[in-house]
Amino acid sequence: MKIMVAVKRVVDYAVKIRVKPDKTGVETTNVKMSMNPFCEIALEEALRIRESGLAKEVVAVSVGPAQCTDTLRTALAMGADRAVHVDAGMAHVQPLSVAKILRALVQAEQPGLLILGKQAIDDDCNQTGQMVAGLLQWPQGTFASKVVLDKEKQKATVEREVDGGIETICLDLPAVITTDLRLNQPRYATLPNIMKAKSKVIKKVTPEELNVELRPEIEIIQVTEPPKRKAGVILSSVDELIDKLKNEARVL
Amino acid sequence: MTQTPLELFGTESLIGDEDRAIRDTVRTFVDRRIRPELAGWFEAGEVPARELAKELGGLGLLGMHLEGYGCAGTSATAYGLACLELEAADSGIRSLVSVQGSLAMYAIWRWGTEEHKQEWLPRMAAGDAVGCFGLTEPDFGSNPAGMRTRARRDGDDWVLNGSKMWITNGSVADVAVVWAQTDPDAGARGIRGFVVPTDTPGFSAPAIKRKLSLRASVTSELVLEDVRLPGSAVMPEAIGLRGPLSCLDEARFGIVFGSLGAARDCLETAIAYTREREIFDKPLAAYQLSQAKLADMTLELGKGMLLALHLGRLKDEGRLRPEQVSLGKLNNVREAIAIARESRTLLGAAGITLEHPVLRHANNLESVLTYEGTSEVHQLVIGKVLTGEDAFR
Repeated sequence: MKIMVAVKRVVDYAVKIRVKPDKTGVETTNVKMSMNPFCEIALEEALRIRESGLAKEVVAVSVGPAQCTDTLRTALAMGADRAVHVDAGMAHVQPLSVAKILRALVQAEQPGLLILGKQAIDDDCNQTGQMVAGLLQWPQGTFASKVVLDKEKQKATVEREVDGGIETICLDLPAVITTDLRLNQPRYATLPNIMKAKSKVIKKVTPEELNVELRPEIEIIQVTEPPKRKAGVILSSVDELIDKLKNEARVL
Repeated sequence: MTQTPLELFGTESLIGDEDRAIRDTVRTFVDRRIRPELAGWFEAGEVPARELAKELGGLGLLGMHLEGYGCAGTSATAYGLACLELEAADSGIRSLVSVQGSLAMYAIWRWGTEEHKQEWLPRMAAGDAVGCFGLTEPDFGSNPAGMRTRARRDGDDWVLNGSKMWITNGSVADVAVVWAQTDPDAGARGIRGFVVPTDTPGFSAPAIKRKLSLRASVTSELVLEDVRLPGSAVMPEAIGLRGPLSCLDEARFGIVFGSLGAARDCLETAIAYTREREIFDKPLAAYQLSQAKLADMTLELGKGMLLALHLGRLKDEGRLRPEQVSLGKLNNVREAIAIARESRTLLGAAGITLEHPVLRHANNLESVLTYEGTSEVHQLVIGKVLTGEDAFR
């Protein structure tokens, strides 16, 4: 079985985000970029499945500008066998377009599993996995905190972190899985693997070659910083507290 | 938009993709695994060296620039950059790696027999065996030729007697590469190297306590009392000081980069702190005297980096000469300690606790200044090359 993992290049989680003065987005020039943490977890899960003998190949894919190849090199250094870069140039790619691109790649590669991070830490959309499952008409196990494959029965048992607790579902393969934080602890790229990654292939394709038109469906009107936290107020009595909770905060 | 000191110098463009990927993975490991523990380790004067060795081995960091025997075989520049990232955390951590890879492993790789290499190198690369390097003695530092540790022949065996001092990894080592005098009348020519398993009877390695420097590192005395070794323990071609000095050259190269890591950590801390700390209604960073200090420190960090990268490129081309490494060690370590001390002044009182790294780095760098050749020794190496006059004695 082949596993496809979609990874996204995002602003590094440790960076202090600054909004651009023109409020069109966040500052990304000269800012450290890394693989989205949930995508790292997705890749780690794919690698573990391959190492357990249940899959033969892990293919990493990424949609974005030329610098995506850095992220794909990291994926190869962690242990992915090969990579595909869908070069979208400087276009701002949105989840539905990515989902359409992934559908095209899945149809070409025929993996038994498509694993993604549950969301990217830049836009927090939490949509791509679900959309591509819908487009492919594949079952989906999102927010996975545990994945167990049954190769013989061609099924995946997925534990999902939901608001009420953990939900366990069983999916027929091929399926889409999106990963949550507690699924695994991603490995470091070891030095020997970084050096092996040099000879691994990153294939480049364009959205046009996949017959996908990058049409933004959402327009970002403005990006602003959240309001600064105001100082608290010391109250003189419980009655004053209840009054404020009722009439100012409006939570009662 | 501000730039970091090295962004200002633009040194990133001098680093190749693979070297950068290696550096980044070391930095990630350091940030996640090492930094959170450092202050505690330094304060306690303890470090989980054997555990760390396994983790570092798992990453491929031990003996990383050696070829074969389970070593990663990276470029020298990558090794330097890895040392830089390790020492940005703590010189003690980088010392563990330097001693393991460039002193103990390199000695066996370069001078050991095939049996020595097969027995020790794969395990040391994986971090399953820890090594140390016994050259320095209580009474012999800059003048190793005078060493008192003796190795006498007894039939086919060698019997070693003596002591070594200031030996990193000593108390946790499985193997010690020990240099001993086999023929006092021959002077330096009588010095030979021995691969000593530390469980050999007569060998002990008590830890040196109450250090104020390199506290997150194991520093030991090695005591050899009638340590009997088979004839096969000697490294056949390491005759004279050429043996140990070649190993020291390897480690010294890593220190040229490593010391910049400590300096960078101090400078970044100073910049961040002065931007936050206010005095008389504006940040410390807005005052001219602060900016003058930061600018001067940035110059030295950048110059040191350019020198290091140049030496790395020469080494990767197989053209690096020992006297050139002396340039790097002399400059970068003494500038790094100056940066650490100056950074401490910018942090004021806050700079004296372990909450900030500056005084920890400054203390560590006292050892780095002394080991691997003192500044004075390197000045004499350079002076001799410049003038043809040997001024060592």
